[in-house]
Amino acid sequence: MWGMKLFEHEAKALGIGFDLPLPRSLLASTADQAREVAEKLGKTCVIKAQVLVSGRGKAGGIRFASTPDEAYQIAKILLGSDVKGEKISKLLVEERIPSKKELYLGLIVDRSKCCYSMLASTEGGVDIEEVSEKAPQKIVRRDINPLSGLREYEAREIAVKLGYTGRQLLELASIILKLYRMTVACDGELVETNPLIESPKGEFVAADLRILIDDNSLFRHPDFQKRAMEMAEELKPLEMKAREKRLAYVELDGDIGVVGNGAGLVMATLDMIKHYGGKPANFCDIGGGACAERVSDAIEVVLSNEKVKILIVNILGGITRCDEVAKGILAVRERAGVTKPIVIRLVGTNDEVGRRMLAEAGIESFHGMENAAEKTVELASKV
Amino acid sequence: MPILIDSDTKAIVQAITGTQGSFHTKLMLDYGTRIVAGVTPGKGGLQVEGVPVYDTVNEALNEHETDASIIFVPAPVVKDAVLEAIGSGLKLVVIITEGVPMKDAIEFLWQAKRNSVQIVGPNTPGVITPSECKLGIMPSHVFKKGRVGVVSRSGTLTYEVSAGLTQSGLGQSTCLGLGGDALVGLTFVETLEMFKNDRDTDAVALIGEIGGNAEELAAEYIKTTEYPKPVVAYVVGRSAPPGKRMGHAGAIIMGKSGTAESKIKALQSVGVDIAEMPNDVARILRERLE
Repeated sequence: MWGMKLFEHEAKALGIGFDLPLPRSLLASTADQAREVAEKLGKTCVIKAQVLVSGRGKAGGIRFASTPDEAYQIAKILLGSDVKGEKISKLLVEERIPSKKELYLGLIVDRSKCCYSMLASTEGGVDIEEVSEKAPQKIVRRDINPLSGLREYEAREIAVKLGYTGRQLLELASIILKLYRMTVACDGELVETNPLIESPKGEFVAADLRILIDDNSLFRHPDFQKRAMEMAEELKPLEMKAREKRLAYVELDGDIGVVGNGAGLVMATLDMIKHYGGKPANFCDIGGGACAERVSDAIEVVLSNEKVKILIVNILGGITRCDEVAKGILAVRERAGVTKPIVIRLVGTNDEVGRRMLAEAGIESFHGMENAAEKTVELASKV
Repeated sequence: MPILIDSDTKAIVQAITGTQGSFHTKLMLDYGTRIVAGVTPGKGGLQVEGVPVYDTVNEALNEHETDASIIFVPAPVVKDAVLEAIGSGLKLVVIITEGVPMKDAIEFLWQAKRNSVQIVGPNTPGVITPSECKLGIMPSHVFKKGRVGVVSRSGTLTYEVSAGLTQSGLGQSTCLGLGGDALVGLTFVETLEMFKNDRDTDAVALIGEIGGNAEELAAEYIKTTEYPKPVVAYVVGRSAPPGKRMGHAGAIIMGKSGTAESKIKALQSVGVDIAEMPNDVARILRERLE
């Protein structure tokens, strides 16, 4: 997926450390626990499925309970069931915050401006992308200079633009600053609180908190790194196997397996298969400088997808040596007893040696990727 | 002179003693690149392929006249290395390193901008001006001196398209990989600007991919400047599903933005020729340049 998602309860545990105003809540993994927590909170509760898929509210993953018994009943239904295919094993039982207004606060990374941007809106509670399409004037946006960070006065300016004054203005500005500091400290790629509830008394409470951590920063967040391993459960089995082998692999829904070196070249191969009327089964990049074993591993992962009828290997050797690639192809054929057809495009460093090795084993290889892709699609239609 | 680097460019290698650093130092020297020094903290006094190693960039620069740095430093500590290069006054920094945290990239890219330093990458194969200088890890044999500028977000596709240009006899003036990450230094727009002013470049091959809006911005730039040289674009990722990262950290379709279709449409609407296949790039350019 995109960054490493935290569960709501993990995000809120982080938020507490940054003194964000959050509803009182406790985690429950059994219906009895849910009842206990509801008793402790002593008022109407929100019971929230702890899943990573988005849109859990609409899918029935967020419910209200006015008594502890009701909390028990709801927990019983939710635990073990699933939201959009993701199983619920934990619930967050939380006090319900009465709402006068729902706000949105978010921090994103702007790729073209190369900075964090703060987005804020008084149209919270709904998908912010919807707001930006229908009423872009309702979103206040502030690009943040990373060398100075978000200044206090800038946070106040955002609160003013949202229409607040007096004590509320100062309160909201302080929440905006805390959210920014947390984002930077945890290497957030996307952080949002939606809704940030304004209660009838005029207080702000972050009813939901969503955090995506930048994958590349995990080396300095050992606690998240541990969780990233658990996250792997979210992946399909083959994607998990590929991750173990450190291959960039994405499963698609076609029947033509694809292995290549370099993300761009593999994407081009997928496009070309589609162009000739075929359907790729996956994206698999062995990266630069791959040895024979890595080639074998990649082919094995791709071929273990039962939907795959035929495989295309597309190699343009730079630091990747074509003789190593040929060695890998031959090794996996022997080791795994491959019977599915393989089409090979092999050019670049040591390609003559590589091609000769393959020819001796009766495998034809192509120079051009167009020809190879066309041939693959043609063969696939006959298998 | 071609853009960014030529036969006079003198460069240092940061993390020259590492596996990648030493391997590619040899290949760059073989190509004729003037690698004047290397830097690895704690390894000062050593030599790699006959190149002297220093502990700090400043020490290296005190001893050797230098224009650029190429960085192989691992991701967890690369930010410091880039800031060191910027701090020493170098004006061109090529970052090969993959997997740089966004927060770190944001910081050094801003420092670079503030100090008017050109950054190529991170996660780039580098820059090559054929027959003159190579600051990167690309396979030299696919390149040949010529008059087409190549700028790309992908390494292997740069090689693929360049090989086509070499075969067709067009060759390349300078080839540049912008880097596969979401946050990178030089952009299509800045590179197009340099190619526009470069007397050795007659046309530009632009290789884009899904994710972000760099191609759309390039289209806008081509329109507003009434770009005087032919541009041919090849954009990959038409078959990529939304929300999935296709190998490159930057290659991801978010919601409705970042699709190949949107990029192709934007480029087409300003008169850029679109190549359906990598090999079409050379074919179309031949027609345009005749």
